[in-house]
Amino acid sequence: MTAVREGAAGPPLREGRAGPLLMGVRHHGPGSARAVGAVLEAYEPRVVLIEGPPEGDAVAELAGEEGMVPPVALLAHAVNEPGKAAFWPLAEFSPEWVAIRWAVRRGVPVRFIDLPAAHTLAMSDGEEKPAGDGEKKATGQGEEEPGGAGDEPVPGGTDGGGAAGDPDAGPGPERGGEVRLDPLAALAQAAGYDDPERWWEDAVEHRGGGRGIGTADPYEPFAALGEAMAELRAVHGEGGHHRDLVREAHMRLRLREARKEFGDAATAVVCGAWHVPALTEATTVTADRQALKALPKVKTEITWVPWTHRRLARQSGYGAGIASPGWYGHLFSAPDRPVERWMTKVAGLLRAQDHSVSSAHLIEAVRLAETLAAMRGRPLAGLTETTDAVRAVLCEGSDVPLELIRDHLVVGDVLGEVPEGAPAVPLQRDLARQQRAVRLKPAAAERELDLDLRKETDAARSRLLHRLRLLGVNWGEPARSRSGSTGTFRESWRLRWEPELSVRVAEAGIWGTTVYEAATAKACSQATEEEGSTLADITALAELCLLAQLPDALPVVMRVLADRAALESDVGHLAQALPALVRTLRYGDVRGTDAGALAKVAGGMAERVCVGLPPACAGLDDEGARDMRGHLDAAHHAVNLLARDEPDAGATGTVSSPDGTEMSPDAAAPSPGATEPLPDAENRAAAGLLGRWRGVLRTLAGRERISGLLRGRCARLLLDDGQLPDEEAERLMSLALSPGTPPAEAAAWVEGFLSGGGMLLVHDERLLALVDRWLTGVPADAFTDVLPLLRRTFAEYEAGVRRTLGELVRRGPAGDGDRRAAGAADGLPGFGAGLDVARADAVLETVRLLLGGAPTGDGSEVAGESGEREEVRV
Amino acid sequence: MGVVTESHVADPAAESAAQPASGPASAAAPATALRPHAEDAFADELAALAEADDRPRPARWKLSPWAVATYLLGGELPGGKVISPKYVGPRRIIEVAVSTLATDRALLLLGVPGTAKTWVSEHLAAAVSGDSTLLVQGTAGTAEEAIRYGWNYAQLLAQGPSREALVPSPVMRAMAEGMTARVEELTRIPADVQDTLITVLSEKTLPIPELGEEVQAVSGFNLIATANDRDRGVNELSSALRRRFNTVVLPLPETAEAEVEIVARRVGQLGRSLDLPPAPEGFDEIRRVVTVFRELREGVTDDGRTKLKSPSGTLSTAEAISVVTGGLALAAHFGDGVLRAGDVAAGILGAVVRDPSSDQVVWQEYLEAVVREREGWKDFYRACREVSA
Repeated sequence: MTAVREGAAGPPLREGRAGPLLMGVRHHGPGSARAVGAVLEAYEPRVVLIEGPPEGDAVAELAGEEGMVPPVALLAHAVNEPGKAAFWPLAEFSPEWVAIRWAVRRGVPVRFIDLPAAHTLAMSDGEEKPAGDGEKKATGQGEEEPGGAGDEPVPGGTDGGGAAGDPDAGPGPERGGEVRLDPLAALAQAAGYDDPERWWEDAVEHRGGGRGIGTADPYEPFAALGEAMAELRAVHGEGGHHRDLVREAHMRLRLREARKEFGDAATAVVCGAWHVPALTEATTVTADRQALKALPKVKTEITWVPWTHRRLARQSGYGAGIASPGWYGHLFSAPDRPVERWMTKVAGLLRAQDHSVSSAHLIEAVRLAETLAAMRGRPLAGLTETTDAVRAVLCEGSDVPLELIRDHLVVGDVLGEVPEGAPAVPLQRDLARQQRAVRLKPAAAERELDLDLRKETDAARSRLLHRLRLLGVNWGEPARSRSGSTGTFRESWRLRWEPELSVRVAEAGIWGTTVYEAATAKACSQATEEEGSTLADITALAELCLLAQLPDALPVVMRVLADRAALESDVGHLAQALPALVRTLRYGDVRGTDAGALAKVAGGMAERVCVGLPPACAGLDDEGARDMRGHLDAAHHAVNLLARDEPDAGATGTVSSPDGTEMSPDAAAPSPGATEPLPDAENRAAAGLLGRWRGVLRTLAGRERISGLLRGRCARLLLDDGQLPDEEAERLMSLALSPGTPPAEAAAWVEGFLSGGGMLLVHDERLLALVDRWLTGVPADAFTDVLPLLRRTFAEYEAGVRRTLGELVRRGPAGDGDRRAAGAADGLPGFGAGLDVARADAVLETVRLLLGGAPTGDGSEVAGESGEREEVRV
Repeated sequence: MGVVTESHVADPAAESAAQPASGPASAAAPATALRPHAEDAFADELAALAEADDRPRPARWKLSPWAVATYLLGGELPGGKVISPKYVGPRRIIEVAVSTLATDRALLLLGVPGTAKTWVSEHLAAAVSGDSTLLVQGTAGTAEEAIRYGWNYAQLLAQGPSREALVPSPVMRAMAEGMTARVEELTRIPADVQDTLITVLSEKTLPIPELGEEVQAVSGFNLIATANDRDRGVNELSSALRRRFNTVVLPLPETAEAEVEIVARRVGQLGRSLDLPPAPEGFDEIRRVVTVFRELREGVTDDGRTKLKSPSGTLSTAEAISVVTGGLALAAHFGDGVLRAGDVAAGILGAVVRDPSSDQVVWQEYLEAVVREREGWKDFYRACREVSA
């Protein structure tokens, strides 16, 4: 039946055609896209049917607007459950996009003919395990295939097959991966190719770059492909894609409608090649209706969202399944000489990165690519050949610049745009829902909010605010708590909703359909994809993940963190990151987060600090030593916390703890662990880390080459922990302060040892005596050098301590030798020898009072007492 | 890629001149030479390939590019003749190398020591030109004459400069006859001598000013150079020269299995020549050495779960071989003849810790983070701690 259009007759090619134009394509295939464009131009159909959710009909018009820049995706989501959503990504080079654009520009109606999203989303519900809450469900998506394929409504539902390169793995809600027939693989095998992707490229996409088609009937290749597919389906049936039958029934129904309305020859269909035979199948309307009966249904909404090339790429797990969107975009947009143009792009990129690339290089690269293609028997150099050529000619065999090219060109940085008029993204809806749930209204006025994280609602509010911050929606800014308490179950926020935040939310819609999912996806991407982030950045991100409670992002971030830590060669950075991590670990409990992974990472990091510290401490100048001292203190604090309250950490390390303790670096030195009770395996493992750390400190304290500041500090840290016997401390000090040591070095030691609290000197007269003796022994000319150091040390002390010290010094070195000896015998360092009976008597009266009102002594005693008092005062 | 069962895989030791003739094909070669040239050792394969090869051949090539690739990678010809693989590794590498030679660009094979660069270059030359002997060995003392031409001084004095008095270099001969020349260890050659190659590669002529003549390269001429990755700094190629080369980096063995195989085989050969008793129990230890080397080299554990720092040394397969050989000697002369953890620990430490400060940290971290935790590696951990303490 030939359709005759009213008015002007249709283009000549349309005459004499007996059926609708069935264009079987490979989704996202640039060659297919060109061919589709050519066919549409030649045949000028009056309606274009596209494989996609029919709900999209309503928003198809938007595709023609100025503000619409591919890559974009059709996003359908369940109204009540934004987490349940499916995406149909479309790139500039997608045949569907070409068809939509063509139709919208010509005012030709566009109809999507796939199974409605209302059904697919509902059916996915039945199939997926009943998910607890929206968050949980969104997770699965976010993690694996957050894209359309993620919430794949039709798990079997693909036209193509597992391989990403199947003609159909594209924008449909499709998903590969299951064991199903790959139609292309079968065809490719028949043609002698081992890689179906490559076969398709050679046979279809590279066909003279799509230009040769114009001469003959542009529909020719589609007809041939349809036949091939029909053969395949005749052999393989539906190929294991059971759900396809339902979808195809729906497609046929829609196709019938359109044919009735516009006539056969004026109807064009763009769908996955696999479906083409099914559309020509002779079935009855009744049978098709029957297939569609009683499908579950859910209320859905649809909109356009911006998409990116990275998300189209297979690596980012969004299931669109094309590894090289940038390359495809290039093939599609390059008018001619794709390889030469590609090489020019590569050269531009490399030059921008300061690689010298000349035109001669490009000539050689193109020649090599073509020779390679010829050698491999391909009609045109593909991505593999150009990449090989670029590596050999432009990159001097190195893969490093290639990585850059892959990232910037092969995948590409392209970000799509969606016009203002597009309906709201589900993320906004989800946010509104959550705002209601936690009873926080967005208001333009600034206000403070104090949260008690022990309360359910407050905890939820905190989570929401943290998640939004991660998404760049800075509704709340963390504020210093007004009560001034830090790091507890309290949290303070300053809230202020500004209009542009709505825009931010819309932008963040790209990350997912719920706040949770979006935050998770963003955190993962930040951790893995951002270049140049430092260890501290990742640590901060981990902290944020815990605060925002993103358990699904945490493993990813942790993995990155562990990797970074492993490669970090600057102990300073490690030591800096460690305290934050340990802090996170401790607060994790308040929020009820499982921080096992974190503990493991922190433990590993602490180990690395232990190993790396001694070499890092060697050969430092004064300033370096001072920095390192800060790291040392921080790490010491962190390790102590870690070892003290981390049974988790212990548990992970128990496996080898007996050996570990035995063979730890401090095994040679008298082990502090030996003096400690080791009640059970867990503590032992913790002691393993702590023991190793102390071993490191001990090594450092005794090592000659290390700056006095650090040696002194290590000795002090050990002493404070009760790990350094007093005699040993005294020995170390006298060693450090012995006359042979340069005074400046000795003063540095003193600074390291004494800074941070002078009570030590007040209480331990032996140490004070050592310092005193050393100081009096410093030669006059060196004294002025030493003075600033000492001043710095002592200036830190509190006034009271300083005064007491001064008094002690004025009193002289603890009296005469006898008393000192006696004092030492008493084993109470810092106290004078013997008992001053007269002075002891003075307190008797008060003690008696305290003990419960025993009768006061007689007058003489009182008199004696007062007498004593006065004496003391004098 | 063909599965290798018996013969010349990418043998890391193949670089050394001491490459023993191994594999079945060598039996067919004239038995007099200690190490026959590739074109002699595999003459039958080359002949079979030439016969079966019906694809277009570039001028003066003995085989088509496709057949050259098959010769190197191995395969089976329609007649049933099996071509043994000469190189085991990514197919891509050989394809790029052969294509490069076909485009008349020079080929630069880069790689750390022990990645079969020389081996590949020899076989490429043999397959393309049927002659792998046009070789310039690069050293610090390589003079310009070795690349251009020298003089027979007796003749020169007797008759003055003439074509008869001129002693052509391998490169000059290759140009005149349209053959493939080879330059080994290009980066060891002093920079000014290297630059002699620029005219050869860009103008494809070699002027002889003394005679007012020049030698023009005949089509079919090309040049394969090898250079050590790590030596880049010794005499780095000028960018002008570099531009004349397509660079192919030969990687280290891809899988642990392949590497264990190479190490074990090579150690067996070396052990025989040193009269060491065979160590049947030592296979596990070899695997362990290879694992340690691979993990440190690649900066990640075999299970891909833990990242590691890499030490400054190369840790090539060839070094693994020497560690195992050293361990075998220890075991044979001072132990019970069985290769144990203690026998290889010191060798590994020596190979890993090249730079006392930074590598020491790398090694310690590796010991503590990986070795200590690993199932069944307790003895090794202990042995390593003993030697590192």
